[in-house]
Amino acid sequence: MTTQEAFYNYIVRLGDDSLILGQRISEWCGHGPILEEDIALTNIALDLIGQTTNLFELAVQIEGKGKDVDQLAFLRLEKEYTNLLLVEQPNVDFGYTIVRQFFFDVFRKLTFEALCQSSDEKLAAIAEKSLKEIKYHLKHSSEWVIRLGDGTEESHTRVQAAVNTLWKFTNELFYQDEVDQKVIELGLGVDTSLFKEAWQLHVEKVFTEATLTIPANTWQHEGGRKGTHTEHLGYLLSEMQYMQRAYQNMEW
Amino acid sequence: MVTEKDIWEHLEQISDPEIPVLSIVDLGIVRTVSITDDCCIVTITPTYSGCPAMNVIQEDIIKLLSPTIDTKVEMTLSPAWTTDWMSENGRNKLREYGIAPPEHEVDKSVLFAKPTVVPCPKCKSSHTKMISQFGSTACKAHYQCLDCLEPFDYFKCLK
Repeated sequence: MTTQEAFYNYIVRLGDDSLILGQRISEWCGHGPILEEDIALTNIALDLIGQTTNLFELAVQIEGKGKDVDQLAFLRLEKEYTNLLLVEQPNVDFGYTIVRQFFFDVFRKLTFEALCQSSDEKLAAIAEKSLKEIKYHLKHSSEWVIRLGDGTEESHTRVQAAVNTLWKFTNELFYQDEVDQKVIELGLGVDTSLFKEAWQLHVEKVFTEATLTIPANTWQHEGGRKGTHTEHLGYLLSEMQYMQRAYQNMEW
Repeated sequence: MVTEKDIWEHLEQISDPEIPVLSIVDLGIVRTVSITDDCCIVTITPTYSGCPAMNVIQEDIIKLLSPTIDTKVEMTLSPAWTTDWMSENGRNKLREYGIAPPEHEVDKSVLFAKPTVVPCPKCKSSHTKMISQFGSTACKAHYQCLDCLEPFDYFKCLK
């Protein structure tokens, strides 16, 4: 694998994470539990799609084949998406959505803080810009984890169930392969193993306040980075890609 | 011969489509204007990554300037936009329009920290409360005045 290929794949992975999560959260539009949360979730979705646009614009420049970002976003097959399994999981309920967001926000914040030092100026600029938004997202999801975990019996039971189900997707956040090795070597990307402990500590701190516990099961699920997804991604893509496939090359 | 100063003045006519009371110059998103060989390059930076107004603003700049001079609009992400770049004039216009301008501090690092005190743009009371960190657009939070009871938008601080 050449450096160019590795860097391209690395950027697409970062973009796929925010694209798929942005699409997933936007399913809440018009269905939020209260108006303020409907607005908050759609705002977060918009930030994530915006970050994806910036990342994909960089990816197509690196690839240098004159591709359009819409092609990358909308016209790949399921196995060509390399997002984390965590972000494609269904919304289920508000508590589940918040727990998924919280795990992702802590990880994304640590990743983008480190990416501000990337040896690629453009990636560092995207990281710096996105980080300001991610801090708001993290504050939002953390507060809700605490409010729901330490809330009523019903809210506690629901978020704890979400934690129990989603925990098996958290190890994948720190998955690394030849793509990562190459970009880490050149200072383009970041070594996520350096902040795995910080991620765990942050989660534990918020969970303690939220009276939530981390499940003891150790079995972990992975495959997203290589295009092996859970059953949920296909349904999401069919909805997301419908317009581009039905009306090819359509533009807003 | 059109000068860079003329262009800056012209650009004050373009408003943010989501907050029409603010010009793009007041907002601080026009970073540089440079004229070379009869061509003008305007560099702008987005407030938020997903801000849907950026495309409209880009088109507005070209529509406004192209009868005078050949114009290109470029986008830059670094340094990232901050509410500190909003002009004093812009802050006053926001307040008159009923949107509280950004305070000069951020409070997003501490969980459940007391939100920034944002005075009500209608009755000036400091007795207000944050309803939600996310408002009608990406750049605003939602507040309510506890004295006059009026709900209002706060242009949130971004640093």
